Amino acid sequence: MSNVFIAFQANEETRPIVEAILADNPAAQVEDHPAMVKIAAPNSLTINRATVEDLIGRNFDLQELHINLITLSGHVDEDDDTLTLSWNS
Amino acid sequence: MQIDLKTISIEPKRKAFDHLVRRFGDKAASRYQEGSYDIQATENLHYRPTWAPGQELYDPTLSRIVMEDWHAFKDPRQFYYSSYVLARARQQEAAEGAFALVESRGLHHTIDAALAQKVLDLLMPLRHAAWGGNQNNVLIAGYGFGTPFTQPCLYHGMDNLAVAQYLSRLGLLLGGTDALVAGKQAWTDGQGWQPLRRLVEDTLVIRDPFELFVAQNVVIDGLLYPAVFDAVVDGRFAMEGAAPVSMLTQFITDWSAESRKWIDSVIKIAAGESAANAAIIAEWFAGWSARAMSALLPPVEQAIGSEADALLGEVLSELKARLAKAAVAT
Repeated sequence: MSNVFIAFQANEETRPIVEAILADNPAAQVEDHPAMVKIAAPNSLTINRATVEDLIGRNFDLQELHINLITLSGHVDEDDDTLTLSWNS
Repeated sequence: MQIDLKTISIEPKRKAFDHLVRRFGDKAASRYQEGSYDIQATENLHYRPTWAPGQELYDPTLSRIVMEDWHAFKDPRQFYYSSYVLARARQQEAAEGAFALVESRGLHHTIDAALAQKVLDLLMPLRHAAWGGNQNNVLIAGYGFGTPFTQPCLYHGMDNLAVAQYLSRLGLLLGGTDALVAGKQAWTDGQGWQPLRRLVEDTLVIRDPFELFVAQNVVIDGLLYPAVFDAVVDGRFAMEGAAPVSMLTQFITDWSAESRKWIDSVIKIAAGESAANAAIIAEWFAGWSARAMSALLPPVEQAIGSEADALLGEVLSELKARLAKAAVAT
């Protein structure tokens, strides 16, 4: 089993995204670095648009997260509602 | 010589203000939380207001609604000054774009004159109803208790002014200044508008901030906007050939749909606090919705004829469904 991960700049915009990932992926581990936050999870990790929207209280386009994205690893499967990183696809 | 670059992660000693840590736990707080919670002045208020010596300057007992904690409310849109202004600026830009498109292509000339008159007859007097909404929400912001409850009301008051202004611009575009004058004339003297004007003016003297919230934001807005803008303007008038009007009222429909989320959440939290609160809200709703239904009938009837009754009935049952979701029995 290997990890997928995604790293964001640590700022006001990414905090709700990180919270949403942690809420939706119980196995995810968060690592705080200076100015960066990295979230790793075994095998797969999913970001749900709806969860982020609940936290920020407005419509959210998953593409918005690219503004603060630093890096990621894993195969990306993206549609309007979810972005999934995994090693199995 | 070799130099190793190392980063050291320094844990901040405090992640948030103490009052936010007590409320939300020891984690970084959002700007909305910092700008809303525990900001209300609660003690050492010094003087009682000279115009009402029976109450404190900020007094939760002005309302019959009793909350253990008036900071239990939360605006799902999380509007504080910056997020509110940014969101509205974006919408303003979109609305300007719609006005520019309609004006530059002359789309408003494609509306048949009789239909344009019908649009003006329905929408122009509503500028004054929106002004009532502005006054009422500002009063709630002034006399209500707890920033998470009052702050969005102030914004909502400003939004009501925006609605009145967009309606004014729509009137100027379709009928010039005469349209606005005729609208005011209808509001003050037109037979069909008097029940609505009476209703709006009666809400202006409600002094219980939460009752005013129910009367204005839940009942009047909850019936007026879905009936007039969603059903008549975007539905009936657009089908008859006045689609450009829908472009000009786009902010109003979007804003009304967006603010419903917040209004529902306020009712849900207040009604969920206690059965007594839920009963008081239900009582206010019953009283004001009966009046609002009869007040809205003549203007809507003037616009769409005999189907007005059925349309308003449908809108009322939708509003009741919203309240049922918020655990208020209607």
